[in-house]
Amino acid sequence: MANNTYDAIVVGSGISGGWAAKELTQKGLKTLMLERGRNVEHVKDYVTASKAPWELEHRGSRTQQMVDDHPVLKRDYVLNEANVNYWVNEKESPYVENKPFDWFRAYQVGGRSLLWGRQSYRWHNSDFEANAKDGIAVDWPIRYQDIAPWYSYAEKFAGISGNRDGVPILPDGDFMPPMDMNIVEKDVAARLKKHYKGERHMIIGRTANITVPHEGRTNCQFRNKCWLGCMFGAYFSTQSATLPAAQATGNLTLRPFSIVTRVIYDKDTKKAKGVEVLDAETNKTYEYYAKIIFLNASTLNTAWILMNSATDIWPGGLGSSSGELGHNLMDHHFRIGATGTAEGYEDKYYFGRRANGIYVPRYRNLNGEKRDYIRGYGYQGRAGRETWSRDIPEMSIGGDFKDELSEPGKWAMSLGGFGETLPYHENRCYIDKDKKDKWGLPVLAMDAEIKDNELKMRIDMMNDAKEMLEAGGLKDVKTFNNTYNLGGGIHEMGTARMGRDPKTSVLNEWNQVWDAKNVFVTDGACMTSAACQNPSLTYMALTARAVDHAVSESKKLNV
Amino acid sequence: MNRREAIERVALLMGGAVIGSEFFLSGCKPAETQVKDLFDAEHVAYMNEVADTILPDTKTPGAKAANVGQFMAVMVRDCYTPEDQKVFVKGLSKLDDACDKKFGKKFMACDAKQRTALLVQLDNEQKEYNKVKKPDEPNHYFRMMKELTLLGYFTSEVGCTKAMRYVPIPGKYVGEIPYKKGDRAWALV
Repeated sequence: MANNTYDAIVVGSGISGGWAAKELTQKGLKTLMLERGRNVEHVKDYVTASKAPWELEHRGSRTQQMVDDHPVLKRDYVLNEANVNYWVNEKESPYVENKPFDWFRAYQVGGRSLLWGRQSYRWHNSDFEANAKDGIAVDWPIRYQDIAPWYSYAEKFAGISGNRDGVPILPDGDFMPPMDMNIVEKDVAARLKKHYKGERHMIIGRTANITVPHEGRTNCQFRNKCWLGCMFGAYFSTQSATLPAAQATGNLTLRPFSIVTRVIYDKDTKKAKGVEVLDAETNKTYEYYAKIIFLNASTLNTAWILMNSATDIWPGGLGSSSGELGHNLMDHHFRIGATGTAEGYEDKYYFGRRANGIYVPRYRNLNGEKRDYIRGYGYQGRAGRETWSRDIPEMSIGGDFKDELSEPGKWAMSLGGFGETLPYHENRCYIDKDKKDKWGLPVLAMDAEIKDNELKMRIDMMNDAKEMLEAGGLKDVKTFNNTYNLGGGIHEMGTARMGRDPKTSVLNEWNQVWDAKNVFVTDGACMTSAACQNPSLTYMALTARAVDHAVSESKKLNV
Repeated sequence: MNRREAIERVALLMGGAVIGSEFFLSGCKPAETQVKDLFDAEHVAYMNEVADTILPDTKTPGAKAANVGQFMAVMVRDCYTPEDQKVFVKGLSKLDDACDKKFGKKFMACDAKQRTALLVQLDNEQKEYNKVKKPDEPNHYFRMMKELTLLGYFTSEVGCTKAMRYVPIPGKYVGEIPYKKGDRAWALV
């Protein structure tokens, strides 16, 4: 029993779990980090990261086997030959789609921190006020000033490169030097500034790739192979940043192959005692105990754990007394925008492969504007020269064709929107007891979709992209609007929202479960609304803030 | 790769429905047959010659130097549906039949000029075919061959390092450098 007792337990080892472990261990707590998947060791296990394209048998393409094994992941570009080992085995871990829902999971130490897009933006105070102002869902229990110091704290450790652009809606942070825009991006940005009289901005992306050496990590080498794992540790991941920091304290125990099946709730103390773990390799069950428990299993799996916990008290699980557990599932909707070509830059090129693009912060429904939908969207994009895969209709085959394709093609630029989805109570996940995974555990069913507000927003997202590219001087501008299923943005949020009232929210202002104050949820499950910015930086800041609270309350014996 | 950029690459830089991009998007499909069941060494040599006609030696080495014939065999084995595999394998004889009709001899017996003339004709044929092709109609064998040739060549060591410029670790990003016609492209984006 003694060997199974720690000061704190962290469930999950992705971005927020890694942060929880780092903060807890650095504050002196003996911490157990549980991860359901295999271990992935920094550098050593990045088996494809240093391979040249020709060293992959199918040059990155998918084989029949990969498609067979990944019925969901095959829907999108994220799955390829080089990173297939970082994605979940979908046959072992199925789920149910009442409505189409793309759930792209990575079950391993580091989780999706190895695979993430790394774009890192602060929220604005108006994002935290939006629900209250619009009278939808519930109000966030925090405001920008509550999280601002923690954004700084997270940025300084994670290493976010970016420019202090002074765009009011997108607060500047504590950045490392920004990456460069290329010549076309610079010119388009200048034209947009003039055209929109400073009301719309195109800035260099703010990304968790370090541009100067930091915490023993080497600065970005511009290989653009981030999601294979980086042998330079140049992008933020659990492995490159939080795990080594946690391990350096001597306070961390990492246990891979540990599926947390429930939080063990003590109805006498009204607190959690620990967690139950199913060993994914041996199928044996263990119990681990701690005073503080952080759930960072990723949004939907955190909801699953809560739903499976304390069911003798609450049939819907721990946190279900609010009626909101599993509800208000959100994502960012995308796969919509425009592309165009740039003329007059044939004598210009660039050097290096920049794992970052440009960003257009939100501008809609601000400063008194009222569209026929609420909230807004931002754009990510980039300019570059076309590659060998371009179509050259006037050429056929032969030497001239080959020599032409060996040179860069036209300059082209794209903008793709990322829109806020609203927290609809009826968008939810729940446990489907009829379907089981490899370990005999019941699986989640997804019942969620985008609605009228998002569909109206998408019309603007598409048309604005075209208008801006044209205003930016691009020619032959074409729009695109591809199929989007909720979840496809891989920004799952909600299901255990923060709030001010235990009757309408699962968590309080410090990410504590109202019904078990020593259980903290700081992954995407805690989100009360989605805003349109990429969410991971906000999870980092909320996690560090929650750990600080947990430990100080623990010292006061309040947790 | 930033996954946002991946979308853009597919949508834009890879040219939408153009060569190779479908592998990134829709993936390869079931195949149970081994290369040896589909192709023998003679086939691979033949495919190398077809590929080398599509992308011949110029000031840089051609597709045969990159052994693109072997790459085609692997891709058809592992990544094509049984239907596409059939179309491709039949296409090897169709190509020879078209050659016989045009020049009275097999492709391998033709000289470089004849081979080029034939494949220009087949390329026009596949372009016309694809203009009216419905999604559920079979792919054109020569489009497959051309796609695999481009993908195989420009991701090969020869293609990356000889036809283009390969810098494994750039170390920096410079957003504006001079370019003059004839300068080779960077091998990766």
